This record gives sequence, structure tokens and C-alpha cells, in this order.
Amino acid sequence: MPVDVKLPQLGESTYEGTIGKWLKKPGEKVERFEPLVEIVTDKVNVEMPAPYGGTLTEILVEEGTTISVGTPIARMDTADGAQDAPAAEPRATAAAAPPEPSPPRNGTAAAAVPAIPTPEAKAPAKGDGPRLSPVVRKIAEEHGVPIDEVAALHGAGAGGRVTKEDVLKYLESRTAAPRQPATPAAAPAPGVPPAPAPVVHPGDHVVKHTPLRRAVAQRMAQSKRDIPHAYGVIEVDMTPLVRWRDAHKEEWRAREGVNVTYTAFFVRAAVEALKAYPGVNSTWGDDGIILRKAVNIGIGIALDEGLIVAVIHGADQKNLVGTAAELDRLGRLARDGKLTLDDVQGGTFTITNPGVFGSIWSMPIIVPGQAAILATDAIVKRPVVRDDAIAIRDIMHLGLSFDHRVFDGAVADYFLNRMKAKLEGFAGGDAALTDF
Amino acid sequence: MSVNGLRPIAEFQFADFIHPAFNQIVSEAARMRYRSNNAFGCPVVFRAPYGGSHGTALYHSQSIEAFYAHVPGLKVVAPSTPYDAKGMLLAAVQDPDPVLFLEHKRMYRLVRGEVPGGEYTVPIGPAVVRREGTDLSVFAYGWMLHETLQAAETASKEGINAEVVDLRTLAPLDKDTILKSVAKTNRALIVYEDNRFLGYGAEVAALIAEEAFESLDAPVLRLGGPDVPGVPFAKKLEEWFSISQEKILAAIRKLAAY
Repeated sequence: MPVDVKLPQLGESTYEGTIGKWLKKPGEKVERFEPLVEIVTDKVNVEMPAPYGGTLTEILVEEGTTISVGTPIARMDTADGAQDAPAAEPRATAAAAPPEPSPPRNGTAAAAVPAIPTPEAKAPAKGDGPRLSPVVRKIAEEHGVPIDEVAALHGAGAGGRVTKEDVLKYLESRTAAPRQPATPAAAPAPGVPPAPAPVVHPGDHVVKHTPLRRAVAQRMAQSKRDIPHAYGVIEVDMTPLVRWRDAHKEEWRAREGVNVTYTAFFVRAAVEALKAYPGVNSTWGDDGIILRKAVNIGIGIALDEGLIVAVIHGADQKNLVGTAAELDRLGRLARDGKLTLDDVQGGTFTITNPGVFGSIWSMPIIVPGQAAILATDAIVKRPVVRDDAIAIRDIMHLGLSFDHRVFDGAVADYFLNRMKAKLEGFAGGDAALTDF
Repeated sequence: MSVNGLRPIAEFQFADFIHPAFNQIVSEAARMRYRSNNAFGCPVVFRAPYGGSHGTALYHSQSIEAFYAHVPGLKVVAPSTPYDAKGMLLAAVQDPDPVLFLEHKRMYRLVRGEVPGGEYTVPIGPAVVRREGTDLSVFAYGWMLHETLQAAETASKEGINAEVVDLRTLAPLDKDTILKSVAKTNRALIVYEDNRFLGYGAEVAALIAEEAFESLDAPVLRLGGPDVPGVPFAKKLEEWFSISQEKILAAIRKLAAY
């Protein structure tokens, strides 16, 4: 019997995907779970397995087209008994890219994830509109939220029904322009003035938003809107570390097979400081501050199309060699577009490195769901005063942007000073250094 | 008597035996003002003990409110507290038109409360919120109010915050209090002891569906007695028929979970 194959939700805060490549042609037999189509999302590329076994009869969405979660992308004719297959909301299960939001490795934070309903491909019966209660519809209309967007939520009511509580929670979490409405026909409710769109003048060129750009925009705006940012900056004398690295990086590379980057040292220093000040490795929750047990450090990686944050899971379980190797692995996967969802989710603290571009003083934006982000700026030779004499040293700024709801400036400065002490106290030694 | 200026109070012992007077009450008393073009009123009070108690069976357990609340010209009240019983009875006596005054038999012995001496009235018409809540509204009257309050108390321990409204006057109905409550909680349950089909709760449910539609987050539920010809005598069957606080609690849970 004919069934629609819909775009599944491929991860937390992933609302749309672009059809990369169809791996099957219309008319071809498809086994259940056999890779059917490549989906490109703002985070990763995955192969979506067929949710049913049968014959692919029709492709509904062409390659290169971006669609929202829940949109039918193909039609299949299933064999008898295929109704045992999971209903109409398949979740891609490609081994390379587990699509479920990955719980933090140590399993600590699962309960702490706020229960904000997320849109999900929920299939109403054919011919029916979405089934929403009158009050939910009214609230959606009053706030100018498209009905389909609300209908796509997985609610707390019986059978996943969207309740009034759900839609109110969703409105709180929903940001100004997170994504395209599911249907273009859904007009904003009267009485809600749309945000004025910037005017395009003759000669201007519009660069269409990529899913990545859109996700970055949404998350950054949400962070600045919800989190009261405060900042601390400290100066670090990197001279001993710079000298050691210049002298030993080739031997290190030959021995370990990867570069020993400054970032690896920063991660090690940050882990120590996070252990000393666990409030920095936390997040603001409704009922309290959630101190994370896991230390999962996100690392900003610049790509041509935008910034992606890859996560070193269990950073406190790795020595300098392990950290450098993981950084190398994540960097390569990011550049090849092969990061899995596991590689980009579950971060508890983030380090960004604008120094590689020459910035000497940065104030980054906190990743939503975390309490702080560290910027490591460029290491620059400067004249500084040492023992009442002027010396030339390798100086770097460490900047911490932090959620002032969670902790205060003193903690930020203790944290930064702990990192400074660790980095400045680097003793060097021989090339066979394995930890720091 | 009443047409000639007196204020008679007729007591039916029990409501089950009011049926032979249906014609006089409905066709005569209730219509007197209308058919006389406002020349006469008929200020009579019909007291009628109603509802099931333990072992009162077919002939002493009936709920009759729906028959009479249907009739324009007749007021129907069903107080649930001693204070209201006195105040509403005096208000009924002073009313210029006929009032059916329903007294649930179980409340005679089980419900206690302060009753001031002297004369005071509780106006016929307004309902009252007996328990403030946010998650759902339960509408009840008479003995069912007490079962409902108990169920709401238990529900609150499960985190369900039920509002309980005592309707008190069944005709005329206090629409404003009902609609205001539903606008607040978005969910409604009506509890009544009478047979469910075409029982009093059906009218309340219809009112909410018509006038509070846009406030609803769940279907309006009715919890009424089974549609069998009478309240059974056998204890087990009587329990099966009766609207207990456990049944109300189950309905509250179901509505809250919808």
C-alpha cells in the first residue's frame, strides 16, 4: 500500500533539512533501513534509512531543496505486512549519525534538559487538518504562530496531544524568526505587526540563508536575548609555552601523528579550572543551577560557510595527547562535512579561538544551555614590566563571557586566574611530554 | 393559596413522589404569571428531599432536577451547605414565583456547618467557587459538591489543581461564573448523580461548548449516573450506580491528562 516518507527530525533544534542526494531511483526495491537519501542539515549530513520496505514509487522533493521536518519527501509502495514498520515518523538511525539528541556521556544531564516541546514530524491522518484544541489554536493565532508549527510539537497530552501548557512553553522557547513556516499559506494573525524586513536596493545581492547560517543566527539571538552576559578578560604570559612548542612541535608531530596546538593546552587548562570552579561548567535551570558532571568542551571551528562547534566529550578523561588527537579528528571531520550529531551535541562549556584570525580582545556569545564561553586571543609579543624592568614577552588575552545569573564576576576571575596560573606555570621539559 | 397572597411551602416526602404533582407544578404554577399576563404570580415553595442515600433504592433515591429545570417559570435550587439551605429557603419564600427547593437526603446527616440565627437570605441565581483551581473546573451541586471537594483534595496531592464550582441554583443558571471559570482553567467536568443521558450536566456542557469553545483545551466531560431505570437496592449495585469521590477523581485525572 502507498505510504509517504517524511523528513524526520534529525537532532535537537534541527527543523529543516536539504535533500542531498537520492540513493534510490523511483521503481527501485528498497529494504527497510536501507539508505534511501542523503539529508544535509545545519549540523551534519546523514543518510536517511528507509522507514519501510517496499518500492520507491515517487520522489517528491528534488535534490538541493530545503524543506521543513515532517514534509513528505517520497512515496513508497510497501509490501504486505509493512504496516508493522514504525508509523509515519521514522527517525533516521544511520550508524554514522545517531539522530537522537545524544545524552551527555556520563548520563548526568538527561533529567536536566528542560522539557520544552520540540517540533516533530507528526502525521495527521490523510485529509485531516492538524488536530488542535480550540484554546491552543486561539493562542497560536494570537501570537502569529503558524498552526502547522504548533501541530508539529510533541505535546504532554494524551497520545502526544499539544496542550495549552505545551503551546505556552513553546511560545517562550520560540524565537523571533527561527525557521520557515511549514506551509507558506499560514499567514501571521491580524494584529501582530511583522518585523520590518530590510529593503533590498537595486544592485544589492541577497545571499540566501544556509541552514547553518540560520541556525547560528537563531542560537546567537536567543542567547543574547535570554542570557545576561558579563565579561572578564585576563592577560596571560605564554612565553615558556610558546618557546617549548616552537622547539618541540616537529618531534611531537613525528611521535604522536598530530599537531600539538595551543588549543590542546587551553583545553587542558580549562578542564582544570572547570574542576576547580564547577559553577562555570553549568547551566541556568528553572528550578536551580544545573552543575554538569560531564566536562564536554565545545571547540569553535571556522568553516567557509560559518562557525560550527564540535565537542570533546569527556575532556577531563583525556591527557594532552588524547586532547590533541581528538581536536585533530574533529577538525578534519568538520572540514570534510562528516561530523556526526554526537560530535556536535552535549557541550557543557565552549572555547572559541578568534586569535587565529588575529583578534586580540574578544567577547564571544554564550552557547545556549551553557554558563560560559572562553575566547583565546592572539599571542602577541609585547613589552611588559618584569622585576621592574621592561621585557618582551608572548602575551595573550583570555576572555570569559559568562551568564551573570549563574555566577558573579569574582568566580569568572578566579576561573581565569586558575587558567593563567596553569598556562604560565608550564615547566616545559622534553619532547616526550604527554600531559599538561 | 399562593395566588391569593399567601406564601405556602409544600413538602414532598420524598422527591420520588412529586410526579403526580407534575401537572400542577409545570402546567399551572410555573405558567401562572405568563398566562395571566403578569396579573398573578404563584409564590409557592416545593421542598423535595432527593437523591440516593444508603439503601434507599428505587422509590427513595430519585434525582428529579432535570425534569423541572427544563420548565420556564420555575426556579430550581439545590443548596449544598446548611448556611445556604437556610438562606436560600428564605429567599425562595420571598420569591414572587414558584421555587423547587431540592434537599439531598445524605446532607441531612452528613454535612454540618454554622447557621446564623435570625433572618438572612442567600440570593437565588449566583453560583459560587468553593475551591479555587487552575487546571480544570468541576461543576457540581448538592451532595455531589462534597464528593467533588474530597476528590479535588486528593487530586491536589497528585499535582492536579481543580477548581470546584457549586452551582447552587440550577434554574436560572449562573452562566457568568461557569464561563469565567472555564476561561481560566480551559477544561470542564460536570458531576451529577442523575442518569447521565439528558441529565442536568448536559445543559452545562452545552453552554460551555457554545459559549466557551475558544477557551477549551479538552472535551467537556460529564460524570453522571448510569442510564438504568432506578437506583438499585443491592449494596453492590448501589455502589456501582453511585457517583463516589473515587469515580470523580478518576474523571479529574482523565481530564487533566487529556
